[in-house]
Amino acid sequence: MPVLAYLSSPSAIDVARAQFGFVIAFHIIFPAFSIGLASFLAVLEGAWLWTKQPVYFDAYKYWLKIFAMIFAIGVVSGLVMAYEVGANWGGYADKVGPVLGPLLSYETLTAFFLEAGFLGIMLFGLQRVGPKLHFVSTCLVSIGTLISATWILAANSWMQTPQGTIMGANGQFIPQDWIAIIFSPSAPYRWVHMIMASYLATAFMVGGVGAYHLRRNNKNAVTRLFFSMALWMAAIVTPLQILAGDTQGDNTLMYQPAKIAGMEGDFTTGVQALHLFGVPDVAQGKLLYDVAIPHLGSLILTHHWNGIVKGLDAWPKDQWPVVDVEFFSFRIMVALGFAMFGLGLLSLWLRYKRTLYETRWFHVLTMAMAPAGFIAIVMGWTTTETGRQPWTVYGLLTTAQSASPITLPEVITSFAVIIVIYTLVFGSGIIYVLKMMAKEPELNESFPSDEAPLRSHGLVGGHSPINPAPAE
Amino acid sequence: MLSTLTFGLVPPGAPLMPVAFAVIMAFIILMYVILDGFDLGIGILFAVERDKTNRDIMVNSIAPVWDGNETWLVLGGSTLYGAFPLAYAVILPAVYPLIILMLMGLIFRGAAFEFRFRAHTEQLRDLWDRAFLGGSLVAAFCQGAILGGLMHGTPVVNRAYAGGVFSWLTPFAVFCGFAVVIGYAMLGATWIIWRASGQLQQDMRGYAKTLGIAMLVIFGIVGIWSPLSDASYFHRWFDWPRIFPTAVAPLSVLVLGYVFFTHLRNGHVAHHDKIPFLCGLGFFVVSFGGLGYSIFPMIIPPSINIWQAAAPQVSLEFLLPGLLVMIPIIITYNIFAYYIFRGKIEPGSHYH
Repeated sequence: MPVLAYLSSPSAIDVARAQFGFVIAFHIIFPAFSIGLASFLAVLEGAWLWTKQPVYFDAYKYWLKIFAMIFAIGVVSGLVMAYEVGANWGGYADKVGPVLGPLLSYETLTAFFLEAGFLGIMLFGLQRVGPKLHFVSTCLVSIGTLISATWILAANSWMQTPQGTIMGANGQFIPQDWIAIIFSPSAPYRWVHMIMASYLATAFMVGGVGAYHLRRNNKNAVTRLFFSMALWMAAIVTPLQILAGDTQGDNTLMYQPAKIAGMEGDFTTGVQALHLFGVPDVAQGKLLYDVAIPHLGSLILTHHWNGIVKGLDAWPKDQWPVVDVEFFSFRIMVALGFAMFGLGLLSLWLRYKRTLYETRWFHVLTMAMAPAGFIAIVMGWTTTETGRQPWTVYGLLTTAQSASPITLPEVITSFAVIIVIYTLVFGSGIIYVLKMMAKEPELNESFPSDEAPLRSHGLVGGHSPINPAPAE
Repeated sequence: MLSTLTFGLVPPGAPLMPVAFAVIMAFIILMYVILDGFDLGIGILFAVERDKTNRDIMVNSIAPVWDGNETWLVLGGSTLYGAFPLAYAVILPAVYPLIILMLMGLIFRGAAFEFRFRAHTEQLRDLWDRAFLGGSLVAAFCQGAILGGLMHGTPVVNRAYAGGVFSWLTPFAVFCGFAVVIGYAMLGATWIIWRASGQLQQDMRGYAKTLGIAMLVIFGIVGIWSPLSDASYFHRWFDWPRIFPTAVAPLSVLVLGYVFFTHLRNGHVAHHDKIPFLCGLGFFVVSFGGLGYSIFPMIIPPSINIWQAAAPQVSLEFLLPGLLVMIPIIITYNIFAYYIFRGKIEPGSHYH
């Protein structure tokens, strides 16, 4: 159904979807950044212990303070979702509860185990436990973020490619095989794509912050270190990510062909062109202003020049995904992916010329690309989730059957409240993060601060991990 | 055996796994209520305590532990979903406005916690202090009202909530909202008596006395109101021979009340400073136990019991080991945090 129809006369379900989309799109940025930073911190501390060069440790402490704040925002914004699923999507919560409830519970338990035991040591415990055990804590936190992500992605993948359950008499999905549920057909592909996306988004943000400081002082060894590391990541992992995306596309074609048809803008079954641009007209069932390369769509999807790929006409219209949204979000993601690839190549060229730290236009470009990875993540999720419509559990449970019996005014009011409070609270949080990022890293960088209120986070007490804004 | 032990509350032959999860769930909620209760109470006491230094001491006394306390709320949400998905799917829509308000109150409060220390100007600090007070008040009230709304009964048709937006809004729910605000404030005041000294401690003795009396009045009202409003509660409490175990509740309240008020006055012996707080926790444990006793085995009164709401056996079996391993670990680190940050807080102290 076209977006405009939703906007002109929304139903409670449409607003509930918009609300959940807003909350989850906001939330996802922070866990993704946490996953990337945690692994980055583990590498930095490992390099410090290995080489004994203090510059690695300074970079570690600089990003540790930012990590603490990002982690906190991720936890709090996640709390809202934990209750929103039941509040807005009661039908869904009841029917899939036996499957997803335990998976999400395990995610919470993993996250707590982390937060409880090792984040505290990581933030405040170096003096108390010594460098080796501290490094172990950093590694456990980073592994923990990956395990958390695994549970969440298992839950999401099961919704996309469900298996391992039967339908109970009361309408609930009853688990039969937990291994099959956790490792559903799309799960491995989604996991690889999402974890690499987290690493890349983090790399581009780290690189952007580095570029910002290099423009003012390109002699700072700490800045140069993390700038360079971030760009190695960008140069090496972006091509792998593009490959992973392509493979996930093949998997989607096999299990969710309607989603692919919508993403590609293929309205009619046959040999498909690759549509670089166009404007899908859902009502007429065709792509307007089409700019296309013949046969390339079939070649990418089937690996045959004349491969036949189903178009949207293979499904009744009420089973179409949200074509106009996923068509554009997919293109934005891909375009950003290739822009990131280009930046990686440029960095290799400048490294070869030995002017990586001196080329000012490149620093401006890297700064401009700092949020690219996060935007690509949100666009990618928009693609996969709007492409799953009209189902919540693909082919088995519709979105309409998933909603709570709540009314339009309720859901509009709560949406408004959420937007206002998110803006105030998380807006303040993000401003603090940006202020921390705007502060140039120093040699002998400090650990998380002493002025702020203290908190324990478990085994080791200490101060708030949030660094106060630099006193101007 | 179990049937006899529970005075017939668990019917003979009923599956035990849902009972085990009901016990775990009750434990998580109780932990949340008594732990986050006193730190929400600190926020509520900002309404009467305006001195800047005192406010800092109050906030510092809970700073190391409050977010650990709130983790029980997240654990409660996810366990409820994992173990009793139907309850999760019905209760949240039923008290929708309260849930959203409570979450927003908690977020606001958490943010105020961090930002009031970094406010560059007096006005900004004052604003975050107000957010701290407001967020705590709203969260506490909503928790009470959710409880009252649930006690009062939730209509369920076809496994879904069948009431309106404000069906929960009864005089009883509003009363429970205020009751929880007062209870949390009482816990907060007694916590400060334990953790502070000097004038602030004296002020809190005064507040705690007023709040303690209010608590007893509330106990009296709830004790009379809820059995009278619903026959099933009446039978649960006053039928023969259940009257023997149920008599424990009012008797404990009397004993706790006596100890509470005598030690509130007694300010010379330092290690007695914690006794009012412990009695306060006792009040909550007793009321919580009474509450659980009233509604068990219902999880959504009046129609859905724990067996109807429980996830299938396979899901419960999958989830149980995780909880059994993790809950002791979480409790251990909670205890450790309290142990590390024990002792009186002095003005300007930051646990250096």
